[in-house]
Amino acid sequence: MADRFPSPFEMPTPPGAEGWQDLYAYSSVFSEDRREYEESAFWFMDGVHSPEAIPPWDATIVEYALIALSQYNTRHYVIPPARGVDLRFLNGYMYLSPVGVADPKEIEARIPEFAERAGYYFANWDRLYAAWVPKVRALIDELESISFSSLPEREDMAVITEGRGTGSALDLLSTYHRLVDLTLKLWQHHFEFLNLGYAAYLDFFGCCKQLFPSIPDQAIAKMVAGIQVDLFRPDDEVKKLAQLAVELGIADRFSGSEPAEQVLAGLRGDPQGDKWLAAWDEAKQPWFNFSAGTTFYHSDKVWLEYPDIPFGFLRTYIAKVQRGETLERPMQAVVAERDRIVEEYTDLIDSDEDRATFQAKLGLARTVFPYVENHNFYVEHWAHTVVWRKMRDLGRVLVAADFFADVDDVFLLSRHEVSEVLFDLYHGWAVGAPSRGPKYWPGEMARRNGIMNALRQWSPPPALGVPPEVITEPFTVMLWGITSDSVRQWLGGAAPDGALSGFAASPGVAEGPARVILSADGIADLQEGEVLVAPLTAPSWAPVFGKIAATVTDVGGIMSHAAIVCREYGLPAVTGTAFGTKTIKTGQRVRVDGNTGSVTIID
Amino acid sequence: MAQILWFENYQPEDTPVLGGKNASLGTMFGAGLPVPPGFAVSADCYRKALADNGLTGQLDALMAGVDPRDTGSVAAAGSRARALIGSLGMTAGLAEAIGAAYARLGSQCGDDALPVAVRSSATCEDQPDASFAGEHDTYLWVRGGDAIVAHVLRCWASLFTDRGIAYRLERGYRQHGAAMSVGVQQMIRPRAAGVAFTLNPLNGDRSQIAIDASWGFGEAVVSGEVTPDNFLVDKVMGAITRRTISAKTLEYRLTAADTVTAVEVEAERQSVPCLTDDEIAAVARLARRAEKHYKCPQDVEWAIDGAQASDGEQSVLLLQSRPETVWSRRPRQVATCNADPITSMVQTLLHPSHGTPDGGC
Repeated sequence: MADRFPSPFEMPTPPGAEGWQDLYAYSSVFSEDRREYEESAFWFMDGVHSPEAIPPWDATIVEYALIALSQYNTRHYVIPPARGVDLRFLNGYMYLSPVGVADPKEIEARIPEFAERAGYYFANWDRLYAAWVPKVRALIDELESISFSSLPEREDMAVITEGRGTGSALDLLSTYHRLVDLTLKLWQHHFEFLNLGYAAYLDFFGCCKQLFPSIPDQAIAKMVAGIQVDLFRPDDEVKKLAQLAVELGIADRFSGSEPAEQVLAGLRGDPQGDKWLAAWDEAKQPWFNFSAGTTFYHSDKVWLEYPDIPFGFLRTYIAKVQRGETLERPMQAVVAERDRIVEEYTDLIDSDEDRATFQAKLGLARTVFPYVENHNFYVEHWAHTVVWRKMRDLGRVLVAADFFADVDDVFLLSRHEVSEVLFDLYHGWAVGAPSRGPKYWPGEMARRNGIMNALRQWSPPPALGVPPEVITEPFTVMLWGITSDSVRQWLGGAAPDGALSGFAASPGVAEGPARVILSADGIADLQEGEVLVAPLTAPSWAPVFGKIAATVTDVGGIMSHAAIVCREYGLPAVTGTAFGTKTIKTGQRVRVDGNTGSVTIID
Repeated sequence: MAQILWFENYQPEDTPVLGGKNASLGTMFGAGLPVPPGFAVSADCYRKALADNGLTGQLDALMAGVDPRDTGSVAAAGSRARALIGSLGMTAGLAEAIGAAYARLGSQCGDDALPVAVRSSATCEDQPDASFAGEHDTYLWVRGGDAIVAHVLRCWASLFTDRGIAYRLERGYRQHGAAMSVGVQQMIRPRAAGVAFTLNPLNGDRSQIAIDASWGFGEAVVSGEVTPDNFLVDKVMGAITRRTISAKTLEYRLTAADTVTAVEVEAERQSVPCLTDDEIAAVARLARRAEKHYKCPQDVEWAIDGAQASDGEQSVLLLQSRPETVWSRRPRQVATCNADPITSMVQTLLHPSHGTPDGGC
């Protein structure tokens, strides 16, 4: 077994992708300037958020996400053993490197600062968290208020009569910058509570492991998990709509396979249909701001814009209601089960002192957990949807100005290049002479599309560089599921005997034929009773969890989306297997043991 | 004086004449746990037989002269004591009572020649702080009234096995206070059997049930002659948190001669798990029921009835349940998890135990 991963400097550029580095910020690619540091560090591929090559503008969001995470660890809360998480793009894929604090004296010195800062948040959690949702909703409203329009032939007379003294192009440029800054602000809000939420959760986790060394991870998650989670609301809304369609006697209108828009149009004007449409419209905002992908790609399909996605689920649910099946999650049973688990573990604790500690830590974990569970809908699903939509509006302005032909080509520009492009547009408009863009960008876009296609063909190694002895950065473990064990497994390569191991993310054992699904577009192929094998899953795949037998993912820890959703649906799940989609073939029978985290190919 | 006491009629005040093992079987019956039916020959019968034959004083004198550090002295006294008891004749009245009870048990179970286990149950054993495991004799697969009577006598004698004498001396139990009750219990022919602890014996984790299981009769596991399959089950979640399948080379099986004998397991069956997941869950539930009943960690023996369909629940029988003695005797384990959230959070961040599926053990 090797003791290190390949150096990032040994990685060849995929044929046809030459010059890819220029599409990303100069500070976000590996370079000779920082080679010594970069070669001695450990880098893992972030398959949780970015399983595919990342288009240049889309890099903005992951850069903002990682910079915000890092800033809170390093500068706000002073997490004693951890600084931030460094980021590089290699062949268009995102590699991350947790940066620790090596000097024990420095760690020691950081503890009182952490205690003061984090302590304040924990002590005032409810008050501070109460402000969070309104804060982010105001930010989303501000993003929504942004509009981009083509520059006018003449400035309006009002600009003259009001003596405004500025023109439309300045608005266009500053609106773009406002969009970018609001996106950064969004991500600062995202991490205001998350690092602390994870720390409190891990503290309870550690306490459980000390009291009960063999307690399954998912038992701990179940004790903490919330009952009403915003991330499940979109799915719940679709269930309600299915119920309503049956109640209103219009279920047959959904029975065909016509596109959603056609069915919706057909309902209009019909009294029962209008009632249903009113409910549909109400559910859409905000709950259909729900992505079928990881939300980190502009190309991720959002329910609001692709109603055929929720319609597919709607049709499945209507059929269930018609068969007399109940759609509602058994809330009382879930609550009763959670109470039973807590009570039984509590009873098994020997001393009153330990029992009090356990209860206190459980209390804090439950206080912080709603944020951990709910923020994802507001930031990733809802706000990202708005950001991508506004960027497309800007793309339309540039298409109208003949800079390029396809609206989505705007995402082939880095966020800094967009400023230059807008300046070029401004310049041409102001001078009344041609901008360079219409001659320059069409050819350049063709080249860039070629590069992106070449990058998508590349198969990124799971990690690069020198692995650390232990991994301490809480996010790296909780969210990305990177542990000392997974690193060892990667170094060893895929096991030859058809056995895979990962996180025991959701309990239970199941067997079934595998279906390997590499992107959201494939989920329609899933058949009843199959085992879903995917690089990762998105929350919006939730409805398919009603028919599959188990889930296996390549990436993700016990807090990954697949883990949360499978626990909710009571399905076995093994996450972070690293090689699941490469080792397992569609149709093979596999046994998924969500209690031990092992996956076995039976034939 | 009641000579025969049925497990199904057990009352706590019978305990002094039943000994630990039989009292425990009676308690399990009373708790509705699935225990094979049977009866006990009261320890008073043993006492009366000794008194009637003038042996009580002889045995006391014999034991008083034993030097516990001298194995020769223990062996000599043991051998003499066993010979004295072996020479006893059982009174016709008692032999008849035992025969009648056996006949009743046989008709209850629908087998006139019912195979039974004849077990020693000393009146000082199975105290919470002493397991007395294996100090006295147990006889398996005994059939017929006369054979039962003969084996009851052998159990009486086994109160004075060398190891029994030494154990009592070591633990400071008075020799002359000990008496022997004998249990007679229906035997099933198990497909698999073993033991279960209602805690993880490796680390004392009270949330786990550890099951050792092997093919055939449980004696292979109890005696340690085989490396059993090992399963760890979470009590609360019911999840099987670890499974270790071993090569089970030997099993106690019923032979053509109607005796239970150790034989080699066929090669193709050695490394096959001897329990299904449903059976593992059923054994764990049973052990947990016993623990909840006794309100302290238990060490149980169980068996899967080979005559029953492999459907989990109905086929699992409880053969024995006694207090777990290793971890229970340790001082209460005070977990080191710090009550102050910030301090312990720092500790957690510095020494992450998370992410390893079996973190810490």
